[in-house]
Amino acid sequence: MPNVEAKRGILARLIPPLTSLTRRGSAGWMTIIGAVMVSTIILVTALGPWISPYNPTAINVSPPPNPSPPSADFPLGTNLLGQDMLSRILCGGSIMIQVALLSVLFCFIIGVPIGLLASYAGGALDKTFTLVMDSFYAFPGLVLAIAIAAMMGRGVVNMALSIGVVYVPSYYRIVRSQVLTIKELPYAEAARASGARGRTILLRYVLPNVVPSIVVVATVNFADAILTAAGLTFVGLGVGIDVPDWGWDLTKGRELLPSGAWWVITFPGIMIVLLALGFTLVGEGLSELLNPRLEK
Amino acid sequence: MMALPLLEVDSLTVDYRTGRGNIRAVDDVSFTLEKGEMLGLVGESGSGKSTLGLSMIRLVPYPGVIVNGQIKIDGADILSYSEDEMQSIRGKKIAFVFQDPMTSLSPVKKIGAHFEEFIHTHEPETGKEEALIRAKATLNDVGILPERINDYPHQFSGGMRQRIMIALAIVLSPEIVIADEPTTALDVIVQAKILDLLKSLRDTYGMARVLITHDLSIVLERCDKILVMYAGSLVEYANSGELYRNPGHPYTRRLLQTIPNVEFADQKLEAIPGSPPDLLNPPKGCRFSPRCEHSKEKCRLERPQLVESSPGHFVRCFKENI
Repeated sequence: MPNVEAKRGILARLIPPLTSLTRRGSAGWMTIIGAVMVSTIILVTALGPWISPYNPTAINVSPPPNPSPPSADFPLGTNLLGQDMLSRILCGGSIMIQVALLSVLFCFIIGVPIGLLASYAGGALDKTFTLVMDSFYAFPGLVLAIAIAAMMGRGVVNMALSIGVVYVPSYYRIVRSQVLTIKELPYAEAARASGARGRTILLRYVLPNVVPSIVVVATVNFADAILTAAGLTFVGLGVGIDVPDWGWDLTKGRELLPSGAWWVITFPGIMIVLLALGFTLVGEGLSELLNPRLEK
Repeated sequence: MMALPLLEVDSLTVDYRTGRGNIRAVDDVSFTLEKGEMLGLVGESGSGKSTLGLSMIRLVPYPGVIVNGQIKIDGADILSYSEDEMQSIRGKKIAFVFQDPMTSLSPVKKIGAHFEEFIHTHEPETGKEEALIRAKATLNDVGILPERINDYPHQFSGGMRQRIMIALAIVLSPEIVIADEPTTALDVIVQAKILDLLKSLRDTYGMARVLITHDLSIVLERCDKILVMYAGSLVEYANSGELYRNPGHPYTRRLLQTIPNVEFADQKLEAIPGSPPDLLNPPKGCRFSPRCEHSKEKCRLERPQLVESSPGHFVRCFKENI
């Protein structure tokens, strides 16, 4: 049975849904626009070291006085250290995107299976996990992430873990509430009455009906993780100062804003907003697309 | 020696162990079902008919417990089966059709995927193509266009979905199909069509069917035998013709009077006064005695036994042998 599926390449399976996306109204367009935004930013960031006009970390590439406003040589201006802002924008997303991807992956791997198993099994297991997750939930997210990051030190993985720990409870909660509803629905009972085992019901009937909600949480989580990553860097718990990062530029730009150098904080801010917006669009679009009932 | 009946339920008793006390939902019920037969299980809400149906696949919802009795399929008592053995006969030997067709199919799975999944559960060696071919043939038998196999459940009407549920139930040719109020959520025209489809399964598939309903009128003309339940106990069990012509229990008689009859324009429809008893604290004697117009002192103090008033016609009432 699976070899029939395998014979069709991944690409061949992706193209029909892509062409049908545009026929699904605003949800399809939202997904496409969001995906284009996100993939463009990721592509630019990946190519950043090669396409940026200057070395993003080299200081005084522009002659003083610095910061200097956008000009022909430096289209996005320079910061206090005389670094080229355009180069820093092109390269500065890398850490943030890595952190966001890793943290979403971490949440997915931990939150979804625990949520599925504990809430399907019910009883003491469910109560224990709910208690633990709720206690995490009680902390303000950013404060908890800051505390964990401060404890574990700097670095991409540590940042991803500290953000992940904050978001696991929201996956757990959404999965749990869905599983509790779905496992009592007639189709789960009908599957049981037709001889399906607990594992089959969980993986073939409950999980597919939970997936749309998880995807939405994941994209919202992704957007949020970018903001949290920026926040961690902003308070100095992100990566080192020698790595170009939008979060850092926000920190430094804030100090320069009173002196009228608006360009140092504005452009990295716009990039962060665009990236988060792209993910949110994908999430909103997918949540509608994954629901077959809304198919036209 | 007589051949074994296909299904034999013997003094089955099911309790719900609630915090406020024991509720005996099914009280000492016995009956048999032969191959190809259609049995109507009639009773009002809370009479234990659905619990009786679910206990036949051992899926009585929590906190229900089967406390006594035997359920034999082809002579083997399924109450002694392990959960694994039980899973292998659910759907394969004894299938169940639920009340609400609107939510009995997973909304994110295509109709074909439901069949694939179900066939794969019981016959892992059957390939995907083979499963779909069988699914299409069965859908055709229940009156659904086979090419609609790639549609999602929401693209079908309630009546069509119930046909799909029936197709799912019969695709593996089980020996028994239990349908629990399969038409309650549907309008009368669709109801008649679905019931006739269930009835016709005998000709094409030869399977026995149990139709659980609150509506005596719909089983009278379609079922071979009828079992009437009241407050957890079996009050009457007979061939449907015999039950219609010669109802033995006052409850059955009152039920028959509630059915409109087109031949009598001036017929007065009689409601049964009172309401069913609280099963936490059931009447001491006959369960129906508080609502029965014939009840005597004996009825209120002693529980009548099930007696065979004529061959194959069982009644639980003192009036029969007074």
